Amino acid sequence: MKKVYINSIASISPQKTFDSSEFLNEIIIHEDQVVFAVEPIYKDYIPPAAARRMAKGIKMGVVASKMALREAGLELVDAIITGTGMGCLRDSEKFLSGIIDNNEQFLTPTSFIQSTHNTVGGQIALELQCKGYNFTYVHGSNSFESALLDAKLQLELEEAENILIGGVDELADHTTKLNKIIHHIKDKKTSSHNLLDSKTIGTVFGEGANFFVLSNKKQATAYAEVVSVKIFNTLSESDVAETALSFLKENNLTVEAIDAIVLGRNGDVEFDGFYTKLSSSLFSNTPQICYKHLIGEFNTASPFGIWLASKILKTQNVPNVLKWNEKNTSSYNTILLYNQYRGENHSFTILKSC
Amino acid sequence: MSQGVAITGMGIISAIGNNVAENFRSLVEGKKGITTISKINTIHKDVIKVGEIGYTNSQLEHILGLTPDNNYSRTGLIGAIAAKEAVANAGIKDINAFKTGLISATSVGGMDMTEKYYYDYLEHETHRRYIASHHAGDSTQKIAEQLGIDKSLVTTISTACSSAANAIMLGARLIKSGQLDRVIVGGSDCMSKFTINGFKTLMILSDTYNTPFDENRKGLNLGEAAAFLVLESDAVVKAENKPVLGYVKGYGNANDAFHQTASSDHGDGATLAMEKALKVAGYTPKDIDYINAHGTATGNNDLSEGRAIIRVFGEEVPDFSSTKAYTGHTLAAAGAIEAVYSILAMQNNVIFPNLNFKTQMKEFNITPQLELKEKELQTVMSNSFGFGGNCSTVIFSKNQ
Repeated sequence: MKKVYINSIASISPQKTFDSSEFLNEIIIHEDQVVFAVEPIYKDYIPPAAARRMAKGIKMGVVASKMALREAGLELVDAIITGTGMGCLRDSEKFLSGIIDNNEQFLTPTSFIQSTHNTVGGQIALELQCKGYNFTYVHGSNSFESALLDAKLQLELEEAENILIGGVDELADHTTKLNKIIHHIKDKKTSSHNLLDSKTIGTVFGEGANFFVLSNKKQATAYAEVVSVKIFNTLSESDVAETALSFLKENNLTVEAIDAIVLGRNGDVEFDGFYTKLSSSLFSNTPQICYKHLIGEFNTASPFGIWLASKILKTQNVPNVLKWNEKNTSSYNTILLYNQYRGENHSFTILKSC
Repeated sequence: MSQGVAITGMGIISAIGNNVAENFRSLVEGKKGITTISKINTIHKDVIKVGEIGYTNSQLEHILGLTPDNNYSRTGLIGAIAAKEAVANAGIKDINAFKTGLISATSVGGMDMTEKYYYDYLEHETHRRYIASHHAGDSTQKIAEQLGIDKSLVTTISTACSSAANAIMLGARLIKSGQLDRVIVGGSDCMSKFTINGFKTLMILSDTYNTPFDENRKGLNLGEAAAFLVLESDAVVKAENKPVLGYVKGYGNANDAFHQTASSDHGDGATLAMEKALKVAGYTPKDIDYINAHGTATGNNDLSEGRAIIRVFGEEVPDFSSTKAYTGHTLAAAGAIEAVYSILAMQNNVIFPNLNFKTQMKEFNITPQLELKEKELQTVMSNSFGFGGNCSTVIFSKNQ
C-alpha cells in the first residue's frame, strides 16, 4: 500500500491563519461566546461578483481550497472530499425563516440551492472543472475525519494520486441562539485565556475552513505523512485510554513514541473528562497541545488540529499558546490527535514527519 | 481484501410499503404511492403530490418502542425501521460479532423538527430536545443506537440526491479493503416543508403524477423513504454460511462540473459515473440487463440521463425504467430505495414498469419499459444524480 502525505495545508479560522508563511505569530484573544473567522481578502482568489453571491461558508471553503491547491502547485485534483457538520447554515436559516415568516410565499431558490450540504464540494468542482469523485460527509465531529479516511483509502490503493480534502462550517445567528438556550454554548462570555479551564458547561462556538491536498506522491512542500485515522460513533470515558492504546498498537507504536498529543479540549466541564483520561494518565509525560481556545468549537474544528500538527512537524516549533502542559521534546516526529464532541463521534489520527 | 461485496439483507419503508414484501407487491401490481399531502400543512397542498409513508411519527415511535421523551427526527425514525428490517433479513443475531459499520445518507436530517419549532424553541422548553437532533449525522447516530452498533465506524454522506448510492459505494470499498467485515449502508429522508418549498422555487415540482421519460413531463413528486442494505465480506458469508441476495459489483461517482442544480445537456457526469461503474465491475455495456434509471421526471434530468445512457450503451440500450412514479423522488434515500428495487428485480427476474408514460420524448428514440416484464436478470445498473453535479452509478449482480 502506498503512503499518504499532506502536501499542502490551508486554514481560514478565527485566528489569522490564512497566511501560510506564518504559524500563529500573533494571537487574537477572543472574549465572546462565538468567535468568527478572520477572513482573507477574497478577491485575491475569486471574482468579487461571484464572492457576493456566496455565503460565508462557501467563500471560506472555496478560498481555502484554492490556497491549498496553490501551495501544492496543482491546477486540478483527482477527487474532492469535504466534511461539514451543519452545511451552509446561513442559507438554511435564511430559507427556513423565509418559509415561516412569509407563510411559504415570496421565496427565491438561491438560499435553498446553497443550503445543500455538498454546495462547497460542488462549487469547487465547478470552479476547477474537476469531474472526479466528489463526496461530502456530514457526521458531526467526524465529518472531516470521514473525508480523511476516504481519501486515505483511495490514495493507498492508488485509485487517485492527488485529493483535495477539507472541513468547513459557518456560524449562523439563529442556531447560535438555540445552542445558547440549551447551554451547548456557554452562558457567559469567556476569554480565550480562560476557556480551557473555565470549569463551566458548554463551550465557545467558532467557524472556519481547513483544506489540504493529500497525495501518495510526496512533494517538496509536504508537511506530514498520514499514518492512520480511526473513527468511533461512541466511546465511554472509561474506553478512551484503552482505545488509544490499541490504536497505537495497531500502528506498531508505543506511548513513548508519541512526541505530542493534540487534544480537542473545548472547556466544557461536562465533556473535557474524555481528554483528561489521556492527558492525566497515559500521556502525562507527553507534550500536550490544545487549540479550541483560539478558534472555538465546531463540527469541523478538528482539521485545525491537523493543520497545526502539520505545521509543528514541518517547522519543529510549537507556539506557546498551544501548550497545555510544560513538557517538551527535542524533536517532533510523531503526533497523535484525539477529538470528540459531547461524548460522541471520537477520532484518533496519527501524523508523522516525512 | 475481500473480492466480493455480498448483499445479505435489505430493508425499506416508502410510500408503497412499510417493508420489502409490501414494496415488492406494489411494484408488481403497478400501485403507486403518490397522493395529496396529509402529514404536513403546506399552502402548496393542492398544487403538489407527494409520496408519503403511511405511519405517523407516534406510530413509528411505538414500533421502535421509544419513550415519549425521545428526540428522533422523522428521518431517524424511518431510517431505524428500514435498517432494522435489513439486519433482521440478514439473520444477524449479534451485530458486534464482526467489525460492523454503518453508513447512512440524508439531506433533510432533522429539518422536519427544526421547521416545526424554529421560533417556538426560543419561547418554550417543551421541544428543545430536538435542537441537537437537527444536524444530518444525528439520524445516523440514532440508527446505530437502534442497531446496537457502538464503538464503530459510523458516518453520514450528503451529496443531495446521489447520497445513498454513495453510501453503498463507500461501504463496498470499506469491505473490499478489509476495513470492515460488515457494513449497513443506505439512506433516509423524510418529507419537510423545507424541501417542498425548495423544489417549488426551482419550479420542478409536478402538480400531478410524475411521468418519467415522457415528452410532456412536468417535474417531480417529492417522496419520503428509507432503505438499507447489509453488505458482508466473503469471509463473513463463508463463516456464517449465509444466503446471498446479490453483490455490489461496480460503482462510480463523478462530477458533472456544469451547474449547481442542473445537469449538463449531454450528461457528462452521468456518462462518466456509468463508465466508471462498468470498469470497476469489469463489465462491458452488453453485460447490463436492466437499468433502474434516476428518471426524476424533470425536463432536465430525463433528457440529460437519456442522452448519457445512449452515450454509454450506444445502439443497444438495455431495458430501463424509473420507479420514481411509484415512490416520488426520495432525495438522499433514492439510491438505497432503488438498490432494494434492483435486487428485487434480480431475485424475481422481473423488470418494474415505468408508470405514467404516454408520449415518446422527441430528442431520442429510447423508450422505458412500460409493462411488467419477466426476464432473466443477472445484472442491474442503478443511477442516482444530485445537486452539485453529483453523479453516481452502482451495479448489482446476481452472482459474484
